Amino acid sequence: MKKQNRIIMGIAALLLAGVFVFPIWSIKLDAPQYPEGIGLNIRVNTIEGKSPQDLQNINGLNHYIGMQEIHPDSIPELKIMPPVFAAFIITGLVIALWGKRRWVAVWLALFVLLALVGLADFWLWEYDYGHNLDPDAAIKVPGMTYQPPLIGTKQLLNMRTTSMPHIGFFLAMCSMGLAALAWWRER
Amino acid sequence: MNAHILHTLRYLPLAALVLILGACSSQELGSDADAAQQVYVAPGEYDEFYGFMSGGYSGQLSVYGIPSGRHIYTVPVFSQLATNGYGYNEETKAMLETSYGFVPWGDAHHPELSQTDGVPDGRYIFINENNTPRVAKIDLNSFQTTEIIEIPNSGGNHASPFVTQNTEYISAATRFSVPMGDDGERDVAIDSYAENFQGTLSFIKMQDDGSMRLDFQILVPGFDYDLSHAGKGPSHGWSFFTSYNSEQAHTLLEVNASRNDKDYIAAVNWAKAAEYAAQGEGEMVPADYVRNYIDSDHIAKTERYNEVRVLDPTELPGMIYYLPTPKSPHGVDVSPDGELIVAGGKLSTVIPVHSFSKMIEAIENEDYEGEEQGIPVLRYDATLAGEVQNPGLGPLHTEFDGRGNAYTTAFISSEVVKWSLETFEVLDRIDTYYSPGHLMIPGGDSRKPWGKYLVALNKITKDRYLPTGPELFHSAQLIDISGDKMRLLLDFPTEGEPHYAQAIPADLIMDDDMVRFYPLEDNQNPHAITSEDQARVERDGNEVHVYMTTIRTHFAPDNIEGIKMGDTVYFHVTNLEQDWDVPHGFTVRGANTSELLIMPGETRTLVWTPDRVGVAPFYCTDFCSALHQEMQGYIRVSPAGSDVPISFGTGE
Ligand SMILES: [Cu+2]
Repeated sequence: MKKQNRIIMGIAALLLAGVFVFPIWSIKLDAPQYPEGIGLNIRVNTIEGKSPQDLQNINGLNHYIGMQEIHPDSIPELKIMPPVFAAFIITGLVIALWGKRRWVAVWLALFVLLALVGLADFWLWEYDYGHNLDPDAAIKVPGMTYQPPLIGTKQLLNMRTTSMPHIGFFLAMCSMGLAALAWWRER
Repeated sequence: MNAHILHTLRYLPLAALVLILGACSSQELGSDADAAQQVYVAPGEYDEFYGFMSGGYSGQLSVYGIPSGRHIYTVPVFSQLATNGYGYNEETKAMLETSYGFVPWGDAHHPELSQTDGVPDGRYIFINENNTPRVAKIDLNSFQTTEIIEIPNSGGNHASPFVTQNTEYISAATRFSVPMGDDGERDVAIDSYAENFQGTLSFIKMQDDGSMRLDFQILVPGFDYDLSHAGKGPSHGWSFFTSYNSEQAHTLLEVNASRNDKDYIAAVNWAKAAEYAAQGEGEMVPADYVRNYIDSDHIAKTERYNEVRVLDPTELPGMIYYLPTPKSPHGVDVSPDGELIVAGGKLSTVIPVHSFSKMIEAIENEDYEGEEQGIPVLRYDATLAGEVQNPGLGPLHTEFDGRGNAYTTAFISSEVVKWSLETFEVLDRIDTYYSPGHLMIPGGDSRKPWGKYLVALNKITKDRYLPTGPELFHSAQLIDISGDKMRLLLDFPTEGEPHYAQAIPADLIMDDDMVRFYPLEDNQNPHAITSEDQARVERDGNEVHVYMTTIRTHFAPDNIEGIKMGDTVYFHVTNLEQDWDVPHGFTVRGANTSELLIMPGETRTLVWTPDRVGVAPFYCTDFCSALHQEMQGYIRVSPAGSDVPISFGTGE
């Protein structure tokens, strides 16, 4: 590979380090009694409130409708993701040094696969939280599920729930784009 | 006397007009629809100022939004408050401790904001208690009373608490002079007043950590001391105290203390006095007093002191000079530039205004007209800057708009009079409803008044609101002072006696430091628990300690058994919520104190001595959520000597 394209590939790998700094996804809840807003940021290794106490308060609200409490410590994905991303960064850098075009394609394909699996997993996770409700919950609305949208906004009882990719996700997209660019320019 | 009659004649034409027109129309009672718009704060919008009004005999501090006049909060200070358990629960009882024991009521008069460089800074507000002499400090990031210091050698703490330019000192003076010393010296005939009664001026020093210590007292002649203000700018380092009863009467003061043509303003060089105190001058005198404070563990503690440094101005010269002032002066107010000292001569027909620079000159030239019990009395004409003629009857208090104008309340003629600090001429006057004592302009006693509004604090309210039997709330009247003519905008009822008030722009308080909840991990109460699985009940002899948590919408534990007659039960309740404005309450049937109101992240303790066998309910008293009503539990009380074991749980 040409030097320039190897640099592009190197940047693609390094950009991924951004997911260790910025949240990947964000869920925001708006309700009249939360004028200051309440929400969650999903990071590569944890889920945390937009304000320090938000997670606890969301768990508190969810107990009315029988939703499970969110305990980041017990979510396996949050344990697996950091080493997986670390592996992508390292292998990406190795490929940039090594300079084999075909391996760029392999790396990119695996990365796209990871992204798709991740999104599907996230959707399933949301499905589980939204459907797998405590039968003894105080509030039961017939037919009601509380699954937040994957992307976009949905009204769940009094909460306007907005789910959106965050900076970490967009950095990963850029990384993908750059790897694709390196591969395409090397034709 | 003649002047009084002449002055009253001014009102006769108006009185006649009212009689002809019959009942007053709302027009004559002031204000209009246009004014209503000026005070309208739409839902969701904030008031421009926080207004802090003393509760007088309620012992509390009420918080109002200005200009709306909405009552937005009450801070309990010197009286118990069932609303949140202040003074009832184990964590705050000690705040009301004094050398006289537990005193659950006080008479709160003058709120005073802390200042930096002579400008209110929004850190603290202080307020005095008259009856059992005390000064309190309220933290304005939590609106909680966090410190109360008692003033010894004081008969009534009225001229208090006034802060110096950078809140170096908070001063307090006794209203009633009293005999001081040991038992033998205090047990004297009342008619030996002139020989045996003395006054004190107290100076509380603000420590670097924000706590208060009584640094020294200055011994003064046995007069009555009324009000005070500290100097600023050029007069920084000085404080001014009004006195009446220079006649030293001890009975029927309305006659006997009104004989002298002039009483005194005491000009006190506190910087010099502080120097004396730092050098160890004066005498340590026995005095019992306490300081109560709440720090990071949110539990009030009492510290006891048994002596105080007293400085005698006849032995330590240069601390005090008397400015003769007609006649029974009440308020004493210092202009924003620190140069003019305005007296409210409540029986005087003029408002005397002293000049600080002329005063210093007179002191340098020893321009004395004599001395009073060893204190030099300066010549009236030597310090006088001018007199305001025809200021209304019974001028009491003056504040400033920062644009060269002063505003004085006239109690007897029920009006606010605006006059010029340059020409001392009356510029405008407006009727109030009725009998105003203090008045307040936000920052109006500081170097930088926010001179847009004026609030008159009236003693009489009749005919302003729907009648409520013989007792009526007092009234505060909001007056627009932004133009040439004063304009009445609004009047609103106030709780207790809104004796004096202060106000500050909202954004100086409503910042990121404001407490919205207490982080659970910072809870240092020794009885705190931080999760439901730590909830438990422990017996210790006849004491039972319940470690309980609250969260929307249950207690843990909510079933308790094994309590016996003769036990004392301590409910240590921790609110696990970490959300703004979600306190929980707790009470149990037959509790002899009040409920607990527990802020998010806080722990409070209620002591309960069951007096009958049976199962008593307990519940949350603060409507906290959709399932608030379900937030309840039971505690079983068995006969003494029965063998029901301690047991507890939630959700079995
Ligand atoms: Cu509750």
